[in-house]
Amino acid sequence: MKTRVGNDPMANDSLVAETARRIFTDVCDPQTVNRASDDSWRAPAWAAMEEAGLPLAWVPEALGGGGAGLADGFAVLREAGRSALPLPIAETLIAGWLLARVGIAAPTGAMSCTVRAGRPVVLTRGGRVSGVLKAVPFAKAARHLVLLADREGGGSAVVLMETDRARVSTDLSIAGDPADTVSFEAAPPVAVAETPGDFHDDAMLMGATVRAMQMAGALEAILNLSVAYANERVAFGRPIGKFQAVQQSLARLAGEVAAAIAAVGSAADAIPAAPPFDEGVLLEAASAKIRVGEAAAEGAAIAHQVLGAIGFTQEHVLHRYTRRLWAWRDDFGSESLWAVKLGQLIAAKGADALWPMLATR
Amino acid sequence: MNTELTFDPIRLPPECAALREEVRAFLAEEIEAGTFSPHGGAIDGNFSADFSRKVGARGWIGMTWPKTYGGRERSFLERYVVTEEFRVANAPVRLHFVADRQSGPVILKYGSERVKADILPRICRGEVCFAIGMSEPNSGSDLFAAQTKATRTDGGWLVNGTKVWTSNAHHAHYMIGLFRTSAPTKENRRHGLTQFVVDMKTPGITVNPIYHMAGQHDFNEVAFADAFMPDDHVLGEVDGAWKQATSELAYERSGPERFLETYYVLAELVRVLGETPDTRGAEGVGRLVAELHALRRMSVSVAGMLHAGREPVVEAAIVKDVGTIWEQRLPARARDLAAFVEEDAANRATFEAQLAYATLIAPKLTIQGGTTEILRGIIARGLGLR
Repeated sequence: MKTRVGNDPMANDSLVAETARRIFTDVCDPQTVNRASDDSWRAPAWAAMEEAGLPLAWVPEALGGGGAGLADGFAVLREAGRSALPLPIAETLIAGWLLARVGIAAPTGAMSCTVRAGRPVVLTRGGRVSGVLKAVPFAKAARHLVLLADREGGGSAVVLMETDRARVSTDLSIAGDPADTVSFEAAPPVAVAETPGDFHDDAMLMGATVRAMQMAGALEAILNLSVAYANERVAFGRPIGKFQAVQQSLARLAGEVAAAIAAVGSAADAIPAAPPFDEGVLLEAASAKIRVGEAAAEGAAIAHQVLGAIGFTQEHVLHRYTRRLWAWRDDFGSESLWAVKLGQLIAAKGADALWPMLATR
Repeated sequence: MNTELTFDPIRLPPECAALREEVRAFLAEEIEAGTFSPHGGAIDGNFSADFSRKVGARGWIGMTWPKTYGGRERSFLERYVVTEEFRVANAPVRLHFVADRQSGPVILKYGSERVKADILPRICRGEVCFAIGMSEPNSGSDLFAAQTKATRTDGGWLVNGTKVWTSNAHHAHYMIGLFRTSAPTKENRRHGLTQFVVDMKTPGITVNPIYHMAGQHDFNEVAFADAFMPDDHVLGEVDGAWKQATSELAYERSGPERFLETYYVLAELVRVLGETPDTRGAEGVGRLVAELHALRRMSVSVAGMLHAGREPVVEAAIVKDVGTIWEQRLPARARDLAAFVEEDAANRATFEAQLAYATLIAPKLTIQGGTTEILRGIIARGLGLR
């Protein structure tokens, strides 16, 4: 039994998505990962992904990548979310996209990135990088980091760093994924490039859409899990899915999943191949991160309620999804951060500009 | 059971943009001329014979129907644009909206040639108001419990019984009524109901007003005492109405009217909070807008599927469920967000008036056109749970 929510061309007609789905289910499906006693599954899983060209899909061939379209990358991310994949596929995709925008060739191996506002990293006049970054996903596992740094004397730059040059102390997100603290002290970058004007804003919008896409995939998965469980679990002489109270809850969950898919599908579709991004992209990407974040909170609560005690165990895979849904809400801007940004934009444009803005999307 | 819910990121095609400009220009002219006020829905009941005739003259009623019957053969997506622009402007569409959205399409599909040729062109001209005669005192969400009876007579049927909660019946020229023509069978409790086009001038029909809690006369009780329905006013199969309901409901449920009926509350909230709202106000507006944007994208997606000839029954039910819940909460959330706006702030009075009306009508949003509970049952069925 399979309840697959969402069937847009970008997800299912794509060969890349099909490949990703095959790898994620063959090598690192959540059940296998959940039962694994060590990390030995990680290297072969990553190798399979690299073999298929997934991590550098958004890097043009001339810069060492796969040269796939944005839609293909988003399809991979949705599949990654459907598998609650605990590997830095999203981080490497974004890092590659950032590098490609400034013309830096992408290195091989896993990458991570941070694009936070108030960036605490400085690029000195002498070309060295210093600063401390918190909650960098998968920093220890990554060979390279892509950062936005402030230039001493003004301006900002994209820097490609080797993680070997940093002191990395491991911390974990509430998903149990690495959210490391990374310290650079006068470290030499591998490559540096000037950033175009709105680079930081664009990077945040891209990051938000990427995370929202993973979250939508995870939400689809918890709907599948919950419906399947409700059809199998018998109580009071019948499957619990036959009880109206449970049906109504699952219908609510489907509504949240639907809203999440529609919002992020629209945002991914709205991201142009060539930045800079306009206000329309801000509306789309911010709405996606907000709406998917809200769906994550509501959806995780419903799924846990339906699965009862078994869903609260380490043994069951539900937590692999729900913990990531909770954690990912905070990456690349929380619902609150984006809502304030979006609300300020709407207020500045005025009440009469709101509908025309929505209607063009 | 393998269910696929689909929400492709469909965009309205370019021809819709030109039409949208045309519609906005028309609405601006009408507002300018005083035909209606964008804030006036609460007062005039959104009913204007004059306005509906003008809309008909523009070709915006029945616009997807065949030209033979007065339609314009335009796309369902173009109709979507007209519907949402009219809603957002709070235009007085009540006379023609039900006929345009559902009665006309049902007649087109199941009506006799005489009825089609007679009624459809008049709907397109904006002259005809329709009511929907489904609910009864003992049959609401459970449609198939309807008892109002149509019995055979020479050349037609005699109808006896009572419909209730019938919106527009006091204005309506016609009703599409659901009447019992046979008893349900053991195998199929939905068997035995038939749809009719009812001419509201038929002797034996009495319309009694029922005022709703906001003080307005919107719905009615409609009593039938030996009211005669000619044979050619039967829609589709006698005893087989249950086969005819499903696909129309997708249109009825997923349209922009399901979450834009009180859009003005959001617009006035933005106005009353001003250009530089505090963090709380900005966040609240941001969330409301994000949710509305997501809803509209869902709704357009369903419209695109209907346009492509698919039957997204579950997706449409989801749009109405999520949409009406959002709209029902809108006044309460707007009230919270505006709590610290100065009392003498510009537009405060307009905002308060809009808010008051929206608060009063909010309870109906999750009842009309399929209750939340019924919709969630449909969604659960789509998920393979029943």
